[in-house]
Amino acid sequence: MFTRRFILGALSAASLAVPASMATAEQVYIPLVSKGFQHQFWQAVKSGAEQAADEYGVTITFEGPDNETMVDRQIDMLAAALANNPKAIGFAALDSQAAIPLLKQANDKGIPIIAFDSGVDSDIPVSTATTNNLAAAGLAADKMAEKIGGKGKVAVVAHDQTSRTGIDRRDGFVNRMAEKYPDIEVVTVQYGQGDHLKSTEVTKAILTANPDLNGIFGTNEGSAIGVVNGVQELGTQGLVIIGYDSGKAQKDAIKSGLMAGAITQNPVGIGYETVKAAVAAMKGEDVPALIDTGFYYYDASNIDDPKIAAVLYD
Amino acid sequence: MTTATDIDKKKPLAGLSESGAYQKLLAFASLIALLIGFSIASPNFMQTSNMIAILQATSVNGVLAVAATLIIITGGIDLSLGTLMTFCAVIAGVALTYLGLPLLLGVAAAIAAGAFCGLCSGTFVAKMKIPPFIATLGMMLILKGLSLVISGTRPIYFNDTPGFDQISRGSLIGEVFPALPIPNGVLILFLVAIAASYILGRTVLGRYTFALGSNEEAVRLSGVNTDMWKMRIYALAGAICGIAGILIASRLNSAQPALGLGYELEAIAAVVIGGTSLSGGRGTILGTLIGALIMAVLTNGLRVLSVAQEWQTVVTGAIIILAVYADMARRKKTG
Repeated sequence: MFTRRFILGALSAASLAVPASMATAEQVYIPLVSKGFQHQFWQAVKSGAEQAADEYGVTITFEGPDNETMVDRQIDMLAAALANNPKAIGFAALDSQAAIPLLKQANDKGIPIIAFDSGVDSDIPVSTATTNNLAAAGLAADKMAEKIGGKGKVAVVAHDQTSRTGIDRRDGFVNRMAEKYPDIEVVTVQYGQGDHLKSTEVTKAILTANPDLNGIFGTNEGSAIGVVNGVQELGTQGLVIIGYDSGKAQKDAIKSGLMAGAITQNPVGIGYETVKAAVAAMKGEDVPALIDTGFYYYDASNIDDPKIAAVLYD
Repeated sequence: MTTATDIDKKKPLAGLSESGAYQKLLAFASLIALLIGFSIASPNFMQTSNMIAILQATSVNGVLAVAATLIIITGGIDLSLGTLMTFCAVIAGVALTYLGLPLLLGVAAAIAAGAFCGLCSGTFVAKMKIPPFIATLGMMLILKGLSLVISGTRPIYFNDTPGFDQISRGSLIGEVFPALPIPNGVLILFLVAIAASYILGRTVLGRYTFALGSNEEAVRLSGVNTDMWKMRIYALAGAICGIAGILIASRLNSAQPALGLGYELEAIAAVVIGGTSLSGGRGTILGTLIGALIMAVLTNGLRVLSVAQEWQTVVTGAIIILAVYADMARRKKTG
C-alpha cells in the first residue's frame, strides 16, 4: 500500500533520469516553441531546424501544443524552455500579447528571440522567419481565377478565424478576388479547424448549398484534404480545388488531377533559417529583421521539379 | 448536548476520514518523489523561477479541478468546464473592453455567468434527468459556440482595463517577499481551494454533496429536495469556472474564444489522481490540489529534461493509469 505508491513515484522519477543524462553535457541549447508539432508541416519545420542544428553544432528541442487554440499551454512551454538557460529561443506565437511577459523576461536575461512562421507581434524578436501569407493566398486567387476563366462562384474552407495565418490566407484570397476579378464571387468562407473530417463536412455543406460552385480554396493541409474528400464523397465533377502546403494526400490529389494545384510554403526553410538566425544572434552578429522564406505554386506539371520537390513533405 | 450537534461534529469527517488523510499523504509522497527525481535528473529543474512557472501552470487547471471535484463527488461529471471557463472569460471581455465597465463589475459578470451556466447544467441533470455526461456535453458545445459568437471569433484584449492582467500575473506575495514572486493566480487557487474545502467539510451543501454521491435515492426518500441541492452544487461549480475564466483571461491579457476544449479532461485527470472516486461519494479538495500539482510538475519536468513531446504524452497517460491503479489496489486492501 504505502510502498506501492511510493515505488511508483520513485520508478517514474528514475525512468526520467535516463534521457536527462544525455542532455546535460556542455552544449549550446536553443529551444524552438512552435504552434504545433503533430502536423506534417511542423514536422518539416522541425527537420529543417534539426538540419541547421547539425550544421552549426547546437542542440535544439522542438515543442508545440496539441492544437492552435491552447495559448496558455504554449506559454507554459516557453516558461519551461527558459528554465534551461537557453542561448537563444525560436518562437511562433499563438497569441503575441499573451507571451509578452515571458518574452520580456528572456529579453532581460539577454536571450535573443527569433520569431518564426506567424511571427510575434512585438519589437522584442531580433528577427522573423516567415512566409508572406497574404501574398501567397493572393497567388492562389490568381491561379483560381485563371482556371475558372475569370468568372463564377468560389468558396473558401479556412482553418481558423483567430490565428494570423488563418486571417491572412483568407483575406489574401478574398481581397485579391475583390480587387482584380469583379466577375468572381466568393460566396462563403467556412471554417474546419484544419481538421480533415470537419473540413470534409464543411465542404459537403457548401456544395449542397451552392451546386453551381466553380472552385474551392483550402487554406491549409487539413482544410485542402477535407475539400478533396468532400468533393469525392459527393461525386462533384469539374470543380477547381486549390490547396495550401503539401503532405502525401495532397500531393497524390494533385498528381491524379483531383486538385488543380496548391501553394507551398518552405517549412524546411522556416526551421533552417530560424536556427541559423538564432545562432547568429547568439554570437552577436547582425540578423535581418525579416527573413522571407518564400512560397511557390505547384501543380502536376512541376511537382517533381527539384526546386519544388525539395520543399514539399509527405 | 443534543444529538444534532453530535452529528454536526462528526459530519466534517466524512470528507477527511482517516483513510482519506492517509491517501493524501500517499499522493503527497508521489509528488515529492517526482520533485526529487526531476531535481536529480536536471540541475535546471529546482530553480525558484521554474517552481513559480509550475505553480502558475497549475493555477487555472487547479481551479477547474476544484470545480470538477464538487461535481464528481455527487457522482456526476462535467464536460463543459473548459468551454465554460472560456465563455466566462469572453463575458469578462465584453463587460470590460466592449462595455467599458469597471474592473470589479467585469469580474462579477464573469462569475455570475459561470454560476448561471452551472445552474443550467444542474437543471438539465436534476430536473430534466438528462445523464450528466450528455447534459454537460451539450453545454460544452453550446458554450464553445456562444464564446465564438459573442466575441466575433476574435480574441478580446484587456489593454483598456489597467490592472486586469495583474489579477493573475501580479504578485502580492512578491511585494512582501521580493525573493518569492508567487503570482496572484496561485494565491487565488489556494483561496478557492480553502473555500471549497470549507464548503465540503463544514456546510449543509457539502454534506449533501457527499450524500448525493453515496446514495441519492436514500437521500431523496428521507425527504430531502435532492434536485435543488444538485442544482446548487452545479451552480457553485459554474461560479468556480468563472474564477478560472478570469484567471486565464488575466494571464493571457485576452479572452481567447477558441480555447477550452480538452481542459475539462485535464481537470478530471487531476481530480482522479488526487484520489476522488469517479463513482461519487468520496473525495477531497486537498487531494485534487495535489493531483493538479502532480500533472503540472510532470509536464514541466519532462519539458525541462527535453524529453521528446510524443513521449511526454505517453508518460503522462501512463502516470494517470498507475496513480489510479495504485489507489484502487490500496482501497481493496484496506476495504
